[in-house]
Amino acid sequence: MLRPATDTDGAPFWEYAARGELRVQACADCGEPRFPPRPCCPHCQSFASEWRPTSGRGRIWSYVVPHPPLLPDYAAQAPYNVVVVELDDAPRVRMVGNVVSGAGAPLDSLPPDRIRIGARVQAVFADGLPQWVLERP
Amino acid sequence: MAGLRGIKDATAIVGIGQTPFAKRLGEDEKTLACRAVLAALDDAGIAPGEVDALASFTMEETDEVELAKAVGLGDLTFFSKVGYGGGGSCATVAHLAAAIASGQATVGVAWRSRKRGSGPRPWTNTTVQLPTPAQWTRPFGLLRPADEIAMLTRRYMHEYGATRDHLFNVALACRNRANQNPAAVMYDRPLTREMYMTSRWISEPLCLFDNCLETDGALACVVVSSERARDCRRTPVYVHSAAQGLPAQHHGMVNYWNDDPLTGPAWTAARHLWKHADLTPEDVDVAQIYDAFTALIPLSLEGYGFCGRGEGGAFTEQGALEIGGRLPINTGGGGLSEAYVHGFNLITEGVKQLRGTSTAQVPGAATCLVTAGEGVPTSALLLTNRS
Repeated sequence: MLRPATDTDGAPFWEYAARGELRVQACADCGEPRFPPRPCCPHCQSFASEWRPTSGRGRIWSYVVPHPPLLPDYAAQAPYNVVVVELDDAPRVRMVGNVVSGAGAPLDSLPPDRIRIGARVQAVFADGLPQWVLERP
Repeated sequence: MAGLRGIKDATAIVGIGQTPFAKRLGEDEKTLACRAVLAALDDAGIAPGEVDALASFTMEETDEVELAKAVGLGDLTFFSKVGYGGGGSCATVAHLAAAIASGQATVGVAWRSRKRGSGPRPWTNTTVQLPTPAQWTRPFGLLRPADEIAMLTRRYMHEYGATRDHLFNVALACRNRANQNPAAVMYDRPLTREMYMTSRWISEPLCLFDNCLETDGALACVVVSSERARDCRRTPVYVHSAAQGLPAQHHGMVNYWNDDPLTGPAWTAARHLWKHADLTPEDVDVAQIYDAFTALIPLSLEGYGFCGRGEGGAFTEQGALEIGGRLPINTGGGGLSEAYVHGFNLITEGVKQLRGTSTAQVPGAATCLVTAGEGVPTSALLLTNRS
């Protein structure tokens, strides 16, 4: 499985994720959240930023179900779901992830037909990566 | 000052060339590039030694030095490369048009050579990837361009009621035109609705026939001033208007992180294109719309102003994209059914339509829109055969 190939901008996100926290970068001057993280604020051009805690709650904005050809580790679990989750705390911050049956479960642990746009989900963490579970399974 | 006049009708495409298209060609990309460029110059009736400008894609493997010394080009005074894969196709011609209109060069060649049919799929490379967006997408199995565009497609279908039948209309129109084009990879392979609806998934909601071909091939075209074009052997195809488009807060193919992910670079390019044109979408007789995936067509139809927001799916109904329809598209078969060479075959097909030599000729076609990839920083050309 691919691990996040991170960079200076993204590293804090993954450090918080390793501790089980879903945080998003926000401007320390004007307060606007931004994603993906970047060196300065596109609204006020400030280089001061903070990592703001979120509730980890959101709704499915869209989803796909990939089928092979895929990289081998992913092909072994296909078909699986990939979702984009719109966070309650920051609507333009939409996280790509997987809805699973529980923390640490494989990508294909939830049947794709259980996924609906608009469904409420909650972040859980396993192995340093955020995953998502349905609030009403 | 030539530059202040802009580029409207200042230049014309006077030569086009291409290699065969196939899943596998024996020659390497450099050789194919040389063949396409020499074919385009021969078509134009211009000697290689007269070429002083080049334009291609950053993803092009053959650089200017290798191409120029192989085919015997002259002293080059302008050369540029455009990024973002298939988003750069029309920009190669646009850069040459700007260079020639502003006096930086006199004879320009744009080209693309690619062995995507027999060569590796770029997404299978796990060692070279950009931290953004890859760190936010690839660990979760969003691996391929098809997955990234499928995500926007699902949202598009959800918001506007577009259906798989709308996507099929796109695939069918392209296949029908390919069935008229002996050079097309899918020339002898008709498509039916049953084949489409029962084909295997690639990334739901996109099936096999929603995805472009994987092709080996190369193409090129020659751009000169309109003044010179009138003395060339072929009907000049004028670059009436041209644009690139990178919208504010755009994120490429994973455009999930702004207020309105379903309006992409096509909208930005279109605003510039029409602003600098004496023509409107109603004047377009035929369009070559970048079709790496079927869903890019309804999005582009909206972006370039052929219909309203959310109406792109419905636009495809009742044969609208076929010959005789409201807007015939991709008349050589496009990336879906002729060849996928980062959209360069859409440029050459636009030229063929305006010369009157397409294998699926739109009678009397005088104006053709050609677009590069929607969903990535893009570009577009408005071509005419009337100056």
